[in-house]
Amino acid sequence: MALKIVKGSIDRMFDKNLQDLVRGIRNHKEDEAKYISTCIDEIKQELKQDNIAVKANAVCKLTYLQMLGYDVSWAAFNIVEVMSSSKFTYKRIGYLAASQCFHESTDVIMLTTNQIRKDLSSPNQYDTGVALTGLSCFVTPDLARDLANDIMTLMSHTKPYIRKKAVLIMYKVFLKYPESLRPAFPRLKEKLEDPDPGVQSAAVNVICELARRNPKNYLSLAPLFFKLMTSSTNNWVLIKIIKLFGALTPLEPRLGKKLIEPLTNLIHRKIHIFSSHKMLCSQSHLIVSLSRIAVLISLSSGMPNHSASIQVMKYLGLLAMSKILKTHPKSVQSHKDLILQCLDDKDESIRLRALDLLYGMVSKKNLMEIVKKLMLHVDKAEGTTYRDELLTKIIDICSQSNYQYITNFEWYISILVELTRLEGTRHGHLIASQMLDVAIRVRAIRVFAVAQMATLLDNAHLLTGNMQRMGICEVLYAAAWICGEFSEHLENPMQTLEAMLRPKVATLPGHIQAVYVQNAAKLFATVLKNQEGNTDSTAAQETSQLMIDRLPLFVQSANLEVQERASCILQLVKYIQKLQQKDVEVAEEVCALFAGELNPVAPKAQKKVPVPEGLDLDAWINEPPSESESEDEQPKAIFAKEEPKHSRPRHTEVDEKELARRREARKQEQANNPFYIKASPSSQKAYQEAPGVEHIPVVQIDLSVPLKVPGLPMSDQYVKLEEERRQKERADKKKKEKKKRKEKRSGRGRKHDSGPESEEDITPAHMVDIVTEEMPENALPSDDDDKDPNDPHKVYDIQGNLQDGSQVVVSVIFENKCDSFLKSMEFNVLDSLNSKLQRPEGSGPHDGLTVPFQLPPGVSNEARFVFTVQSIVMPQKLKGTLTFIVKDSSTHEKLDFKLHFTCTSYLITTPCYSDAFAKLLESGDLKCSSVRLEGVIMPFHHLLARICFHHHFSVVERIDSCASMYSRSIQGHHVCLLVKTSGQTVSIDAKCDEPTLLGNVLDEIKQTFSQC
Amino acid sequence: MFSLISSFQMQFMLLFSRQGKLRLQKWYVPLSDKEKKKITRELVQTVLARKPKMCSFLEWRDLKIVYKRYASLYFCCAIEDQDNELITLEIIHRYVELLDKYFGSVCELDIIFNFEKAYFILDEFLLGGEAQETSKKNVLKAIEQADLLQESFDEQLHSVLTTVTDTL
Repeated sequence: MALKIVKGSIDRMFDKNLQDLVRGIRNHKEDEAKYISTCIDEIKQELKQDNIAVKANAVCKLTYLQMLGYDVSWAAFNIVEVMSSSKFTYKRIGYLAASQCFHESTDVIMLTTNQIRKDLSSPNQYDTGVALTGLSCFVTPDLARDLANDIMTLMSHTKPYIRKKAVLIMYKVFLKYPESLRPAFPRLKEKLEDPDPGVQSAAVNVICELARRNPKNYLSLAPLFFKLMTSSTNNWVLIKIIKLFGALTPLEPRLGKKLIEPLTNLIHRKIHIFSSHKMLCSQSHLIVSLSRIAVLISLSSGMPNHSASIQVMKYLGLLAMSKILKTHPKSVQSHKDLILQCLDDKDESIRLRALDLLYGMVSKKNLMEIVKKLMLHVDKAEGTTYRDELLTKIIDICSQSNYQYITNFEWYISILVELTRLEGTRHGHLIASQMLDVAIRVRAIRVFAVAQMATLLDNAHLLTGNMQRMGICEVLYAAAWICGEFSEHLENPMQTLEAMLRPKVATLPGHIQAVYVQNAAKLFATVLKNQEGNTDSTAAQETSQLMIDRLPLFVQSANLEVQERASCILQLVKYIQKLQQKDVEVAEEVCALFAGELNPVAPKAQKKVPVPEGLDLDAWINEPPSESESEDEQPKAIFAKEEPKHSRPRHTEVDEKELARRREARKQEQANNPFYIKASPSSQKAYQEAPGVEHIPVVQIDLSVPLKVPGLPMSDQYVKLEEERRQKERADKKKKEKKKRKEKRSGRGRKHDSGPESEEDITPAHMVDIVTEEMPENALPSDDDDKDPNDPHKVYDIQGNLQDGSQVVVSVIFENKCDSFLKSMEFNVLDSLNSKLQRPEGSGPHDGLTVPFQLPPGVSNEARFVFTVQSIVMPQKLKGTLTFIVKDSSTHEKLDFKLHFTCTSYLITTPCYSDAFAKLLESGDLKCSSVRLEGVIMPFHHLLARICFHHHFSVVERIDSCASMYSRSIQGHHVCLLVKTSGQTVSIDAKCDEPTLLGNVLDEIKQTFSQC
Repeated sequence: MFSLISSFQMQFMLLFSRQGKLRLQKWYVPLSDKEKKKITRELVQTVLARKPKMCSFLEWRDLKIVYKRYASLYFCCAIEDQDNELITLEIIHRYVELLDKYFGSVCELDIIFNFEKAYFILDEFLLGGEAQETSKKNVLKAIEQADLLQESFDEQLHSVLTTVTDTL
C-alpha cells in the first residue's frame, strides 16, 4: 500500500507541472488550442487517479487554463476534493481554484459547507485564512446562512489575522443573508475599538459600506467615528471614515459644521488632498480647497510634458469641480478658460469630465463659440460613446433654462441639422424633439426650419443609408411633421410631397411612417390649394393621382397605425378626385381638415385652465350602470340623493357682470387656498380679453436677432454673423456714448443716473416701477413708493406662503411692463432683527439673491424667497431693492420696494369645530380684546367673507347676526373672534393667547373695513 | 447588461500584458464565465487603446476603471462610481510593491510561472475587494508563513521519495 502511494508520487514526477504547462503553451503559439486540448485530456487522466498530489497539480493547471478562458466547470467536483485535503499545500490550491471557478450557480458548492466549517475551526490559522479568503469569493445565500455563526465566532478569535478576515467577510455574509446583521452588529461595533489596527480598519470598512446603503441606522455611531477620525493616523482608515461621514452629513447637518475643523486640518496635513474630494460635495465649507484644485489643474495644463500622474490630478480636479458646481456655480465659473482648455485634452476621460462642467459655463456670449468647439470634437470623435455624450451635451447646453442662451435660432436649427449627419448615434429622438420644440415655439423660425426639414426629407436616403439600426431616422419624424404642419411656408411643397411618398419610406419604423402618411395629407391640402389657384385643373388632378398611386403601399403596411391612417386618407383622396373630375373646387374644404394651429402648451397649463361655468367635474356624465336592482337598492338611492346637489343650473347666457362676479369669487377661493399659485396678472388679463384656449400660458422664447441669413445654413456662418452683429452693436454704443458726452457738455444734465442713454432711446420704457406690492390679504400699498402713472410698470405681486414655525415663503411675481428686455435681476432686502432673507450658504448678510430668470418685455414670472421670521406678533416692513440690467442699453437700474409682513399673513385658515372652540374659550388661557367698527354697510355674510378672505379666518358657527370665527398662527397661537352686528355697527370681541398679536390682527381688520 | 452586486469598493481586478494576454483575474462579484469574458475582452481593448500619457481613469458602463501600467503589465481595477479613484491607484501600487518584494524585482514572467503565488499574495492583501491589511510587512509575513507550511510538506514528500527511490 505504501508502495502504491510512492509509486503514484513517482508517476507524478513525470507529469507536467504548472511550469511545464505554461512553457508548453508559450512554445505552441501557432496551435495553442490544439496543445491545450491535449493538456486537458492529460489533466482528465490525472484527475482520475487516487493520489491527491496529482489531483492538486491537475487542479492548479486547470485554474491557469480557466484564466485563459477555457471552460473548467466540469472539474468542479475535483476541486472540492482537493479543497478537502488535509494538507495545507493542496487545500490552498483547492480553495484558489474554487474562488476562481465557482459562482453562485455552481451546484457542488452545496457539498462544501461542512468542509468549510471544519477548516474555519482548524487549529491552523492559515487553514482558516484560506477558507475565509475562498469563501469571500463564492459565498452563496445558503453558505452565508449556514456559516454565519461560525464566522461570527471567528470575529473574536485570538489571532488578529483571523479576526480581520472574519470581520471583512461578515459584510459579504450580510449581503447574502441580511438576517445575520442584527445579531452580528454589536460584535462588529466592538471591533471598531479593537487593539489591532488591521481589525479596526476592517470594521470601519464594513460599517462604512453598510452605512452607504442605509445611513440612517448608523448616525448613532457618528461620535465614535469622530473620535477615530481625530485619533487615527492610518490614511486608509481616514479615507473610509471621511467617506462614511459623507453619507451621514446629509442626514445630520450639525455634523457638517463639526467636521470642518478636523477636515481642514487633514487637508492641511496633505494626507491626501484627494481624500477630501469626495467630501467637497457635502462640505460646502471646504470651498477653500477649490482654489487649490484649480491651481492643480492649471499647473498640470501648463506643463508641456503631460505625465500620467498630472493627468490624474486634472481628472480629479475636474471631478471635484463638477461637485462644487452644483452648490457653488459662481466659484467654478471663474475657472471657465481652464475648463475649456481641458476640452482639447487628448484624454477622453478628462474631456468627459470637462463636458459635464460646461453646462454651468455657458452664457449668451460664448454659447456659439463653445458649441462650435464641441461640433469640431463631434467630427473628430472616434468612439460613438463619446460622440453621443457630446451630442447630448450640446443639446443640453443649448436648451437649458428654456433656451435662455440662444440668441439665434437659425443657428440652432442648423446645428441640429448638422448633428443628424452623425452616423450611428442613439439620440435621434432627442434631436427630433428639439426640432419640434423649436419649430413650434419659435414662430419666426418656421420658414427657415421648414426649408431645412424639406431638405432633410429630400435627402432621407442619407440618413437611412445604413439601414435603420441607428436612431437617427427618428429625425425624419420631426422633419415630416414640421413640413406637414407648417406646409404653407414650403417653397416647393410638391417636391416634398413626392419625397414623403417614396417607396423607400416603407422601410422606416412604423411610427415614423404613420407621421409621414398623416403629413403627406396635410401637404396634399396645401398643394391642392396652390394648384387650384392656378386655374390649371390637370395639375391638381395629377397630384391626387400621385397620392392614389403611392398610398396603397402604406395601406399594406404591417403597422396598424400606418395602415389605418393610409386607408383613411386614400379613401379621402379618391373622393376628392371624383369631385375634381366634376370640376368642383375642393382645396378649401380639404384645407379645412387641417385648419387651426397647434399651440405649444406649458407643462403646468392644464392646472391653470379654469373649469368652465356649468361644468361640474364631480357630476356623472352618464348615469353609472345600475347594478342589478335585485342585488342591492342602496347605491341607487345614494345617487338619487346626490343628484340635485351636483347638477347646477345651466347658464346659456351669462352677462358680463355675472362673469366678473364669478371670477372674483374664484379668485377669493384661490387666494384662500395657500397651495394655489396665483396666476400672474398678465395671464389673467389675457384671459379676460380672450377666453378660451388662447390664454393657456405659452412659454415665450426670447428672440432678439433678425432671422435672415443668406446662403447655406452652416452654423459657422452664424457665429461670424453674430460676431459682426456684436461688433456693430459695440460701435453703435460707442457712437451713442460720444453723443452723450456731447450732450453733457451742452449742459443738458439729467437728474436720474440712467447710464449712457442717448436721446433717441430715452424712453420711459427703461423706467421700471412698482405699482402694487401686495400680500394676498391686500395689505396697504406702501405709500412712499415713487410712482409715476405715466410709466409702463413692473408689477410685484407678493404672496406669502407660510411654512413651519419660523420660515415664510414669499412668492414675488415680476412683470416686465416696459418694452425692453430685463436681465441679471437681483433681489435684495435689508434684513431686520426679526426678519431675515435666507441666503445660500457662503454669501454675506447683505448679498442680493439672483432672480433665476430674465424677463422679456410684457412677460411675468414668479420667484420665491424664503424669510426667517423670529417673532410673528408684530407686523413687519422690510425695505428692499431690485437691481437689474436693461438689455438694450445695458444700464444698471434700481428699484426700491417695501415688503409688508402683516400679522394676518402669519395666520392660517384652520377649521375648528364648535365644541373644540367652546373648550378653547373656557380654558381661560386667552386674553381678551375688542374692537368696534362703525358705518359698515354691507350684508353680514359679506362681512364674514371679507374677514375670512383677507384675514384667514374660518367661521365656526353663525347664528343670525352673530358669528364665531377661528384662526391659528404659524406658531400655534389660537385666535378666536366673536363678530356681532347691529345696524351699521359691528363689534368684534376677540381672544388670543398672545395679546400683541391679537391687537395687531384687530388693527388690520379695522383697516380692511375702513377702506371700503 | 449585467447588474453588479455590490462588493466592497472593488468589483474586480485584471492584470494583462501589452499584447492583451490576461495574466491574472480576480472577481469580487459573482458573474458567469460568459459575462467575465465579455467584460475582460472589452476592457482590455479599451485600456490598450489609450495612450501612455493619459490619466488613469475611465468611465465604463456605470463603473469607473482605474488602471496603471507597470513595465509591460497593465493593472486594472473596476470600482463603483462613488468610490475613491486614488485609493484604488494606491491599492494597485501596493500590490505591485508586494509582488516586487516577494519575487525580488518582479517581472511579467514571475507572474506567469507563479501565477498561484500572485493570487495568494493578492488574497492576503485584499479580501472581498477591500484592503484587509495595509501593512506590507504583515502581508509578506503571512505569505512566508504559509509558504513555509507548504514547503515543509514538500520537503517531507521529497525526502520520502528519495529514500524510496534509493531503496528501489
